[in-house]
Amino acid sequence: MQAFTTLNGLVVPMDRANVDTDAIIPKQFLKSIKRTGYGPFLFDEWRYEDVGQPEMDCSNRPKRGDFVLNQARYQGAQVMLARENFGCGSSREHAPWAILDYGVSCVIAPSFADIFYNNCFKNGILPVVISDTEMDVLFAETAAIEGYALTVDLDAQMVMTPSGQSFSFEVDDFRKHCLLHGLDDIGLTLQDAASIKNYEKKRQQDAPWLF
Amino acid sequence: MAKTLFEKVWNQHVVKQNDDGSTLLYIDRQLVHEVTSPQAFEGLRAAGRKPWRVSASLATPDHNVPTIGLEHGITDPVAKIQVEALGANCQEFGIEEFAMGDIRQGIVHVVGPEQGKVLPGMTVVCGDSHTSTHGALGAIAVGIGTSEVEHVFATQTLIQIKPKVMRVDVDGALPTGITGKDVALYIIGQIGTAGGTGYAIEFAGQAIRALSMEGRMTLCNMTIEAGARCGMVAVDDKTLAYVKGRPSAPVGDVWDQAVEAWSDLHSDTDAVFDHEVHLHAADILPQVTWGTSPEMVVPITGSTPALADAKDAVQREGWTRALAYMGLTENTAMQDVQIDKVFIGSCTNARIEDFRAAAAIAKGHKIAGNVKLAMVVPGSGLVKAQAESEGLDVIFKEAGFEWREPGCSMCLAMNADRLGAGERCASTSNRNFEGRQGAGGRTHLVSPAMAAAAAIKGHFVDVRGWS
Ligand code: SF4
Repeated sequence: MQAFTTLNGLVVPMDRANVDTDAIIPKQFLKSIKRTGYGPFLFDEWRYEDVGQPEMDCSNRPKRGDFVLNQARYQGAQVMLARENFGCGSSREHAPWAILDYGVSCVIAPSFADIFYNNCFKNGILPVVISDTEMDVLFAETAAIEGYALTVDLDAQMVMTPSGQSFSFEVDDFRKHCLLHGLDDIGLTLQDAASIKNYEKKRQQDAPWLF
Repeated sequence: MAKTLFEKVWNQHVVKQNDDGSTLLYIDRQLVHEVTSPQAFEGLRAAGRKPWRVSASLATPDHNVPTIGLEHGITDPVAKIQVEALGANCQEFGIEEFAMGDIRQGIVHVVGPEQGKVLPGMTVVCGDSHTSTHGALGAIAVGIGTSEVEHVFATQTLIQIKPKVMRVDVDGALPTGITGKDVALYIIGQIGTAGGTGYAIEFAGQAIRALSMEGRMTLCNMTIEAGARCGMVAVDDKTLAYVKGRPSAPVGDVWDQAVEAWSDLHSDTDAVFDHEVHLHAADILPQVTWGTSPEMVVPITGSTPALADAKDAVQREGWTRALAYMGLTENTAMQDVQIDKVFIGSCTNARIEDFRAAAAIAKGHKIAGNVKLAMVVPGSGLVKAQAESEGLDVIFKEAGFEWREPGCSMCLAMNADRLGAGERCASTSNRNFEGRQGAGGRTHLVSPAMAAAAAIKGHFVDVRGWS
């Protein structure tokens, strides 16, 4: 997994609440058995006028001009602003895969759905939670200033605006550690293999119906 | 110290408490389907790892399988590759699979409990958000992403942060005609789609105890739509009666030993919850969603909202967008809304009790002329067989419904069953998101009885007055 330390990146605003993972990556793309290649289909129904199909070439598809990802000023964005309950619905990890494949590695929102939040960390994406009022500031500045970029520092747990304002955010120690170092947590867990075996042995005696 | 049900099950599964606040939690059961597993198997292969304990897993294809014309196999080549990949992966790694053609195949969340693969007090995971269903048996059941599917395969554990615990208490007796689905939608309407974020929810109270196991599964299934990590119901005699005799349930002395252990699977009387919600069963009417989020729900006697009633600009914006997408205007009475299609199925409502309720409404009637398609899709091959042995399929067919093969079907429209743009559907599934049942499709979530009644009348009606 790619580590996340600090990022200075162009911001794209996704100004609606309860954006679900069906919207982030529609079901037809879930038929793929790969982890990559989802970027061109990110927000497919909102982004294109036709209905996308897996593996299709997106370069000539008719785009919806009013959708943010299609606006010239937001091309190359690496940071996404969102509203409450971002990533709700299906547990599909294809949603963070699509976001990452598109080029965004930090999403800032007032709240995230649980599974999506967790899936981000497994894929080198930093989900940042800040307050509604702070979100309002970021949305307003993004709209007002073309080329608006934010600096996100995971170690310091801080988001910094171009004018020097900074917003701090919380993140669990273990998730932060893994993301900062790009750690494979299966490898980490397997260092505890002996504890898992011991637990299993005892449990098998106490609750044999589970095995 | 007094403990909640959640804490009891959690504590029994702690392998290791880490200094950073996370817990290494042992996982008893992993359910597997074709959509969220290929990349996990690929990861195992790439790292040269093997599943920790193959007997902990059970696989079945469901999302992509056709529900009609099975003799032709899967005609969509991409879907076919995915379903075949599941078969090949299960074979390679030694995991039990109920493949297409096996009568036990079906939607993972119907199959697991049906087979006794999910038992009270277990920790259960699946790469699917509706894993919350299994909490109905007094299990901690959570949906996970594909990276975690791989983690569970490789280590039989998950790294988890303990959620807070909320109790949702529904007191009093449920009025006639009110089902687990109505209770679920009503609760989401009350607490909102993010109301349960960060929590495990225990459903309690007289109304919940009165629900059948199927009703409890429907309720726990939709816990995820309230944003919660999982939902649970305490173990009681109904739970035991449901589990007893299932193919993978314990027998003999081990059964007695298990029952003894399960008798503790309830919250202690003075257990403290991080948050409590109290609701009254008498307030619950048949529910129907009007918008594009499960919290956009009203009783059947209600109407779409007035934009002026929105609590803030974000909500007003959300309502405006939802009304436009749904092709509705504010203040429209739900009973005036005409439908094009009906879907009775999904892991929420494709169990035998659901079909009995729908058939009781459909019996002796014909679907309305404006309804282009009404389909009934069983949750598993065994549900299908049971329904057929009771003659329910005949009732449905005589009324003009299509009787299909088991699978997820139009719940998410990954196979050929889907809505066209602008088509409006009365659906017993769990999500009414934009495009969920097909690009541009409009979904209204209801109970099986409400869906059947809508099929007959061609618009939403109150099942309480059905004759
Ligand atoms: S029936 Fe629907 S919600 Fe349930 S597992 Fe299948 S796709 Fe998911």
